[in-house]
Amino acid sequence: VKYQAKPLPRIQLPELRQVGKPLRRVDALGKAVGATSYAGDFTMPNMLHAKVLRSSEPSARIVRLDVSQARSLPGVVCVLTARDLPGARLTTDIPGQTGQKIRAGTDAPVLAIDSVRFVGEPIALIAAETLELAEHAMELIEIEYEAIPGIFDPQEALKPGAPILHPPDNIVARWKIRKGDVTAGMAGADLVVENTFRMPFVEHAYLEPEAGVAWVDEQGIINIRVCTQVVEHFRSIARAVGVPQNKVRIRGTMVGGGFGGKEDITVEIFLALLAKHTLRPVRLVYTREESFASQSKRHPFIITHRTGVTRDGRITAAEIDMLADSGAYPYLSPYVLLYATIMAPGPYRIDHLRVDSIAVATNQPFTSAFRGFGGPQACIAYEQQMDEIAKALNMDPLELRRINYLKTGDTNATGQVIESATWSEESASHALEALGEKSPDQGPLKVGWGFASYFQSYGRITWLHDTSRAWVGLELDGTVVIRCGTPDLGAGQVNSICQITAEILGVPLDKITVYSTDSAVTPLAGTSTATRQLYMSGNAVAKAASEVRNVLLQRAQKHFEVELEEIDLAESSVFVCSKPEECMSLAELAAVCAAEGLPLANLAQFNAPFSEGIDPETGQGQVFPDFTFGAQAVEVAVDIETGEVSVLKAVACHDVGRAINPAAVEGQIAGGSNQGMGYALMENFIVEQGRIMTPSLSEYMIPTSVDFPPTKVIILESGSGVGPFGAKGIGEPALTPAPAAIANAIADAIGIRIHELPLTAERVLAAMDRVRDGTNRSK
Amino acid sequence: MQSKVITLIVNGRMHQIALNPNVTLLQALRELGYLDVKNGCEKGDCGACAVLLEDKAVNSCLVLAWQADGMEIVTNAGLGTLEHPHPLQEAFADTDGVQCGYCTPGMIIASKALLDNNPHPSEQEIRQALSGNLCRCTGYGQIIRAVQKAAAMMAAGIKTDTGEGGQP
Repeated sequence: VKYQAKPLPRIQLPELRQVGKPLRRVDALGKAVGATSYAGDFTMPNMLHAKVLRSSEPSARIVRLDVSQARSLPGVVCVLTARDLPGARLTTDIPGQTGQKIRAGTDAPVLAIDSVRFVGEPIALIAAETLELAEHAMELIEIEYEAIPGIFDPQEALKPGAPILHPPDNIVARWKIRKGDVTAGMAGADLVVENTFRMPFVEHAYLEPEAGVAWVDEQGIINIRVCTQVVEHFRSIARAVGVPQNKVRIRGTMVGGGFGGKEDITVEIFLALLAKHTLRPVRLVYTREESFASQSKRHPFIITHRTGVTRDGRITAAEIDMLADSGAYPYLSPYVLLYATIMAPGPYRIDHLRVDSIAVATNQPFTSAFRGFGGPQACIAYEQQMDEIAKALNMDPLELRRINYLKTGDTNATGQVIESATWSEESASHALEALGEKSPDQGPLKVGWGFASYFQSYGRITWLHDTSRAWVGLELDGTVVIRCGTPDLGAGQVNSICQITAEILGVPLDKITVYSTDSAVTPLAGTSTATRQLYMSGNAVAKAASEVRNVLLQRAQKHFEVELEEIDLAESSVFVCSKPEECMSLAELAAVCAAEGLPLANLAQFNAPFSEGIDPETGQGQVFPDFTFGAQAVEVAVDIETGEVSVLKAVACHDVGRAINPAAVEGQIAGGSNQGMGYALMENFIVEQGRIMTPSLSEYMIPTSVDFPPTKVIILESGSGVGPFGAKGIGEPALTPAPAAIANAIADAIGIRIHELPLTAERVLAAMDRVRDGTNRSK
Repeated sequence: MQSKVITLIVNGRMHQIALNPNVTLLQALRELGYLDVKNGCEKGDCGACAVLLEDKAVNSCLVLAWQADGMEIVTNAGLGTLEHPHPLQEAFADTDGVQCGYCTPGMIIASKALLDNNPHPSEQEIRQALSGNLCRCTGYGQIIRAVQKAAAMMAAGIKTDTGEGGQP
């Protein structure tokens, strides 16, 4: 065995009864028996069916748009174009959630006004008595385009004379980091290593296409049942539709996968408009092709690292340039770019650092949030760069990293002190050790090992002043109700808050009912994004449950006449710890409290740390609440005759602080790893001259059950996170190191670095051919 | 288009409905209220709409409803309920084979078809049997474990028959 796991510091986490146990998730059985309703499953009497007419052109003026024939088709109730909605813009959620900052005017129009900027841009909405009629009406809309020169390459977008999508230039966002003295740092280097890495568009490809139904109720409230990661979009919708914010209600459903793709507004604004105009229920469900064409993608990046390093492996300085393709509209690009910028140097202490990053507009599908939010792209670059540096120094890649890993108390790129555990070496060495013995080469199959370390934030940007709320109440029969706005994307968001409440109130999971993701009846908990729900709503629900617990314990203290610390709650009863036979059922205690008018319910709010923005010239300041650290190691076999790559082993090891539900954590990590390996090896959302060449799951391949071995998951628990019980976030970080680990393993197997993802058989073969040609020529 | 009255026997319940020839079995089943049959792509790529048609797992989006005239169809909800789940459903819930749940009904149908013919499948056989069903959440490991666990439960004699009372 080449690597041995670094022993972990001794950490004594408190013994808990329910937190930390792999209990069956509260949502699991309903889903398993097919009883769970998704957004596409709802219909209503007298309901209309909607369709969206979308642009077929990537860059064009709309010369003529005639909907008169469509409008006059019997059975068509409503056709809307931009002319019917003056000024309606799709404000994205970052300002919308907190109402603090409104971004400059490049937000996408709800419907294209005079021109279109990408294939799939919405132009007209139709509501008809049947879906067939709505589809027929689409064909009757006459539209004439006049092509405008477009931009289909982010590097071209920056050149003088390039067509401009949103004046004055194509720069959508720009961030800078200036830390230390890069010139001096480079002067102290024995060697400077430079590499450029490229990554493609990636599609979320959740199994559930976007769907919803909306209606106007007797109070004039627009109700929207929709699968969304962001209940708080009701505010943006209200603004765009032109009604007060308290006249839009989002009734979220269980989400059939989100991964960031349901973070931006999808169908809900169209539904709101059509319901308002027709005063009838309206249903809109995207086909797979429409889902691909209409929603965001992961940002393609071009990232150049220039790293100065001493002969003994200490990084003296780094210069990093990043260029991201924002597509036709900004959406969350400024923030994705910020994350990538801050994560750019990786989990390494680099005192002299310059990062310049730019996101540009092109006539391509728009890019926005996708699991990792720029973090995976940064990692793909910094971790391949670390392996290239190790190779240049003839040093073991783990040894090079060990010398440079961030330690608790160090500062990251923005000068923020990292206060929690930084188990980079621990996680990397555990993952590598678990790979075991290296498999031997077999004929044309060359075996390689690779790993990647990473660190990533969880919780939103602290200058957005994030908050979450939860309500916890005890019923008179000892059962518990939780109301919390968190949308559940399938990652166990709702189960986590149940398991935390179960721990604090001493009730089994099946005694808890939870209501979630409804802007009217569940306290707003913020978005299921940014790996924030366990941290934010977990803390909010812990606070609410603890308040209820305090009421119960204080009343029980009067009853038992012992010290408060002597009383505990478990298995639906309250008891004296030293004399468990002195006990009372929770139902009895609830009845006593209720009779005396004691509050058995609590609404709590949790506030993340608030900070001001970073310095725009230096990028210095606090940006995140905390960070997760971890690593992934893989073994691959590359067939040097076909270029085909097989993953033989994959191990992921992350410090999750504290696993609230280890089985759910394992699911997050294994699933994230699988997505990340797909990103590295097969996923490529191909856009040529603005046109999508991979329009459905027939052309865009995601991993199936036979493509990769299941990832072995090692969960470390430092207990040092800022979430409940010391938890850190894991939803997004789970994906981050996987693609870089694969890329490094392939380079190890064939001795060639391929600088562009995905590492398809064609690309691997072509790279080897280039080297073989070179070798032949030199002979 | 000329519609025709066809008979579909779904989860033991008989339906007679007039349908045009271009209506898929997926559309017909969802129209009848069998909403556990999920629509993920409508072209056979994802497997979310899988049902048992005369005991064989098929993507219902690739079958015309007329082709199923007179046939017996079982959807995932026909295998069990919250009170009486099928061992596969129980095992998927217990091993975290379920995350977002959208692929789950199709996954369980594909697993059921496998175990009906091969009660003790190897890991490789399970992976092959599920290769037409996409999951974007789990990475498949916990799904494979669920099928193994269900196979063990069923071998140990826990009830396997299709229960009555499926939805709707």
